[in-house]
Amino acid sequence: MNDETVLSVADLTVTIGTRRGAARAVAGVDWSVRAGETLALVGESGSGKSMSVLAATGLAPRAARVTGDVRLLGTDLAALSAARRRRMRGRHVGFVFQDPMTSLNPVLTVGRQIGEASEVHLGLTRRAARARAIEMLELVGIPSAAERVDAYPHQLSGGMRQRAVIAMALVCEPDLLIADEPTTALDVTTQAQIVELVADLQRRLGTAVVWISHDLGVVAGLADTVAVMYGGRIVEQGAVDAVFAEPAHPYTAALLAARPDPDANVTELVTIPGTPPSPLELPEGCAFWPRCSVRGDSRCERELPPLVPVAAGHQVRTFYPRQTREDR
Amino acid sequence: MTRFVLRRLLQSGIVLLGVTLVVFLLLQLVPGDPVRVALGTRFDPETYEALRSRAGLDQPLPVQYASYVGQALTGDLGVSFRSGRPVTAIVLERLPATLSLAITAVVFALLVAFPLGVLSALRSGSVFDHAARVFSQFGVSVPDFWMGIMGILLFAGVLGWFPPSGYVALTEDPVGWASHVFLPAVTVGLVTASILTRFIRSSVLEVLAEDYVRTAEAKGLPTRVVVVRHVLRNALIPVVTVVAVQLASLLGGVIVIEVLFAWPGVGRLTYDAVQARDYPVLQGAILLVAALFLLVNLLVDLLYARLDPRIRVR
Repeated sequence: MNDETVLSVADLTVTIGTRRGAARAVAGVDWSVRAGETLALVGESGSGKSMSVLAATGLAPRAARVTGDVRLLGTDLAALSAARRRRMRGRHVGFVFQDPMTSLNPVLTVGRQIGEASEVHLGLTRRAARARAIEMLELVGIPSAAERVDAYPHQLSGGMRQRAVIAMALVCEPDLLIADEPTTALDVTTQAQIVELVADLQRRLGTAVVWISHDLGVVAGLADTVAVMYGGRIVEQGAVDAVFAEPAHPYTAALLAARPDPDANVTELVTIPGTPPSPLELPEGCAFWPRCSVRGDSRCERELPPLVPVAAGHQVRTFYPRQTREDR
Repeated sequence: MTRFVLRRLLQSGIVLLGVTLVVFLLLQLVPGDPVRVALGTRFDPETYEALRSRAGLDQPLPVQYASYVGQALTGDLGVSFRSGRPVTAIVLERLPATLSLAITAVVFALLVAFPLGVLSALRSGSVFDHAARVFSQFGVSVPDFWMGIMGILLFAGVLGWFPPSGYVALTEDPVGWASHVFLPAVTVGLVTASILTRFIRSSVLEVLAEDYVRTAEAKGLPTRVVVVRHVLRNALIPVVTVVAVQLASLLGGVIVIEVLFAWPGVGRLTYDAVQARDYPVLQGAILLVAALFLLVNLLVDLLYARLDPRIRVR
């Protein structure tokens, strides 16, 4: 393992007990992110991308059973007590969630919500935490921060709130920022501003970022590496340029083909037929097989393809990587 | 804020006026002649007519109503048919008994329901949670008069710890008051506690599922801070309303309990006034209850504005 590795996850599984049986939300996932690097986790809803990150950082729902090896700054999180794990998370990891309308507490001022983590983890006094909150609001580009620090969330616009959430996530100068679809709930112009803001802050602060998204356009411009998830597993991972230029997995290829092209005059959007598998009944073989355009042979149905390299640092989980098919 | 209070006071005044009208009209529908009840079985027609006209009952209804409201504005709610004493004095002297019972009952209920409701939500599905739910189911389903009778039998009869009934004013003898208020307050309070426990539990559970609680956990705040600052501050806002409604309804006098424990409060007064067809007293008691209800609601609205910043702007 590299010394610079901020968070690494190995063989992570998350099983959630439900009334209808055990759901495997994450079925054995490995990824890691290094200082200053951005890893994008991409996939449809329910592919396990958010759950893998929440579980790794100890935020999985109570009903979830998590196994696997998770190391934050080289520390095995499973070996820590709950209280130390909590402190480690608060001090070294910042979170930005999807919807800034609901992820802020409505009865506390944004300043208080930004500052409270610095009181707990950096030992600041309440007064110092408030000053720090103003600093952070300025950092994320909120005008007249000294007044906005006493505003309640409902007094800010959606974009402002998400900026405040980012300020909150970065207040302890974390080594890792986890952004769980942070632009999904925002309008398009605000989305671009938030993406730009995170990219800019990352350059200035050198924070590692795990960016969870289903928006491939955002990922292409932002991430260094990408892991595409399907049915609780990584189906393809590698450097963003390589994966996007030469997607080896039929699913990745289909996702890229489904991107609306702003230049083309399309009347109909390309879709992937079928629906993702239920985590309650993951198939024995390849989870994407029922929807796959390649649809090799019955082997795909019976046997789980391993994650194999197709190029340096580029891995794919399929018996029929795209190049092979083209070679035939 | 001042404008808000003034507007609410004006609204309350209009509601009170409506209450007087409804009560006045309802009493016209109640069978029974108050003058006959007041005079007993033997009386001569002159006395009957004299009392009738002295009470204004020979006037047309609109005139009776207008004069009642006019006098009520000056604090004069008429005189009791039975005792001849001013209604305002009769009603107000019953207020301390009812106030002290209602407040004690609500305090008791909160002391029970708050820890029970919060803990069973935080540990939902646990043995504690199930026990708390059985308790609140019991409290909601068992009639309070039955619990009162059982309480008297056990604590006053068998154990002899508390007097079975009666009232001592708090200002005269605090210890005596406490020993007398215990049984009725616990009886009433258990029902209230059951309702509140359920409500607090569901309110806390609802907030626990909110995104901002996950945000607070993501920040690595100690559990105590997450629960107190982020969960309870939000979960208790709706609870304030339920507590206030409970308190207001107890202020109306718990008739059965006050009769059972010989507690000389507004509920007991209402009961006696109905028995005696003492309309002025009944009207006065209902008016007092309505006024208290409105007052509590006004206080709740003010409290809400303090607790929830989203309300201040509206």
